Amino acid sequence: MATKQIIHGIFGDEVPLLEACTKLRAAGIRIKDVFTPFPVHGIDPIVGVPRTRIAICAFIYGITGLSLATLMMWYMMVSDWPNDIGGKPNWNYYSNVPAFIPITFEATVFCAAHGMSLTYLLRCWLVPGAKAKNPDPRTTDDKFMIYLELNDEQSKKADDILRATGAEEVNYKGMITIEPKY
Amino acid sequence: MNTDKLNFVVPAKAKMTSYILMAVGLVSIICMFMFDKQPDDHHYHATRAWANIFAGSFFFMAIALAAAFFLGLQYAAESGWSTTIKRVIEAVTWYLPVGLSFMLLVFICGQIHMHTIYPWMADGIATEGSENYDKVIAAKIGYFGVFWWIRTILYMVAWVLFTWKLRKNSMDADALGHEESKGFHWKNVKLSAWFMVVFAVTSSTSAWDWIMSIDTHWFSTMMGWYLFSGMWVSALITITILVVWLKKIGYLEFVTESTVHDIGKWMFAISFLWTYLYFSQFMLIWYADIPEEVIYFQTRWESYKTLMWTVLFVNFAFPMVMLMSRDSKRNYFFLVFVGVIIFIGHYLDIIMVVMPGTVGHHWTGLGWMELGNFMFFLGLFMYVVLNNLSKRPLMVKNHPFLEESAHHAY
Repeated sequence: MATKQIIHGIFGDEVPLLEACTKLRAAGIRIKDVFTPFPVHGIDPIVGVPRTRIAICAFIYGITGLSLATLMMWYMMVSDWPNDIGGKPNWNYYSNVPAFIPITFEATVFCAAHGMSLTYLLRCWLVPGAKAKNPDPRTTDDKFMIYLELNDEQSKKADDILRATGAEEVNYKGMITIEPKY
Repeated sequence: MNTDKLNFVVPAKAKMTSYILMAVGLVSIICMFMFDKQPDDHHYHATRAWANIFAGSFFFMAIALAAAFFLGLQYAAESGWSTTIKRVIEAVTWYLPVGLSFMLLVFICGQIHMHTIYPWMADGIATEGSENYDKVIAAKIGYFGVFWWIRTILYMVAWVLFTWKLRKNSMDADALGHEESKGFHWKNVKLSAWFMVVFAVTSSTSAWDWIMSIDTHWFSTMMGWYLFSGMWVSALITITILVVWLKKIGYLEFVTESTVHDIGKWMFAISFLWTYLYFSQFMLIWYADIPEEVIYFQTRWESYKTLMWTVLFVNFAFPMVMLMSRDSKRNYFFLVFVGVIIFIGHYLDIIMVVMPGTVGHHWTGLGWMELGNFMFFLGLFMYVVLNNLSKRPLMVKNHPFLEESAHHAY
C-alpha cells in the first residue's frame, strides 16, 4: 500500500504546459493526465500517452461488417430466393459480385464507424448519466492542467519544475491511497 | 526559417536525366512511326503511334491542369497547411501551355486526316451516301465539327489565363510588403472561386470532347469525373515526389513532416475517389446491360483484360494496403515508392482509355512504343517543371498563412 500526493499544476497557455510536460518526463515523473480546453496537437508523445489502438478495433469492426453483409446477401439473394435481375440469375455469389459491392462497402463503413464510436464512448465511459471526471472546471474555459499522483520525494521535484516553467498555481489536493494490485 | 536556400538550381544530374529521357523517347517516337503498320487494314494510319502521342500529351497536360485546380482549391478553401509547398504546385501548373500545345498539335493533325483517333473528323461522316457515312455520328454531328473546335479553344484559353493570373498574383505579392500584399491574396481567393466553377464544367465537358469522343457512339456521364480523379491523383503524386526530392537534396527545410503526411493522405483519398468513379461507371453499365453501352467494356474485357485488371489492382488495392497506416505516409521512401507505382498505374489507365477505341483489336499488349513515348513526355515534363521551379524562390514571401503552414504539426 502506498499513499500518494495529488498535484494540480495550472497553466495559462499550452506552450509552458508542453515545456513542463517535457521536463517532468525527463526527470522521470509519470504524468497521470492533462486537461486542456482545446485539443493540443502533438501532445501525446510529450505526455507519454501510449499509441491508440482504435485502428485495430476499426479493422476488426470493418471485417465484421464485410462478413455480415456478405452472409446476408448470400442468404437473401442466392440461397433463400434466387432472383433473375436484368438477365443475371443469382445461382451463385461470385458471378454477381459487382452488384453486391456497394452494400458490402456500406456495411463495412457502417460497422467500422459505429463500432469505433461506441468503443470510444464506452472506453471513456461517456454514457448517459455519467458523472464529469474533470477535477478543475476551469480547464473547460481557459486553464490548462497537469494532473499528477506522486510520492513525497517526487512531489518536491515536480513542484520545482512546475513553478520554474511558469505554472500559475500548484495545488495540493490531498492524499490518495493506492492499493497494490496483488 | 532558413532563407539562403530559396533559389533552386536544377542539379546537373536531373537535367541530364531529362535530356536522356527525351532523346531516347524521341528516337522511339520516330521508330514508332516507321514500324507501326497494319498492311491488311487500310483504315490504319500509324494509329498506335498517334494514340500513344495523344495519351502522353493528355496525361501530362492533365497533371498540370489538376495541379492548377489543386492550387485554386487551396486558395478557395483558404487552407493553411499547403502554403509552404505552394511554389512547387505553381511550378507543376506551368507545364500547362506546353501540354496544351501538344494536345492542339494532335487535334490539328487529326483535322487534316493524318490520324484517325477521332472517327467524327473523317470526311463525309455525316453525308448520306458517302463511304464514311455513319448514321449515329450524323445525328450528333452538330456537337462536333466547328462547335467542338470553339469549345476546345475556349477550354485552353480559360485554363491558361486562370493559371497565369494565379501565378502572377502570387509573384506580385512577393514584391510588396506584408500588409500591402494582402490585396493580391484576396484577388487570388476570388479568382480561384471562379476557377473552381469554370473547372467544374470544363473538366467534364473537355473529357467528353477529347476522350469520350474517341468512342463516338458511346457515352457515359461518369467519364468527366473519372478522368478528373485520375489526373488529380497523378498531380498529387507529382507534387509529393517533387517535395520529397527537394527536401532530400537540401531545399524546402520549412516544409514540415506533417505537410508531407497531408499530401500523402490526399494521395490515399483520391485513389479511392478514382476507384469509386471507375467502379460506378463499370457497375451501372454492367447491370443495365444495354448493348450500346456494354460494347465499351466488352472491347476492354476481350482484348485488354490484363491491362484492365492491372489498372484496378495498382490504382486501388495497392495504395489501399500500402498507404493505410500513418507510419507509411510519414516514411518518405515508402511514400515515393508507392507514388511512383500508382503514377505508372494511372498512365496505364489513360492507355486503357485511349487504345481500345483507336487501336482496337490490333493491340498486342504493352510494348516499347508505350515505354518510349512515356519516356519522352516524362523527360519533357521533368525539364519544364524543374525549369519553372528554378525561376522563382521556393517559398512565397507574404502569404497570410505562411507562419501557420511553417509550424504545421500534429
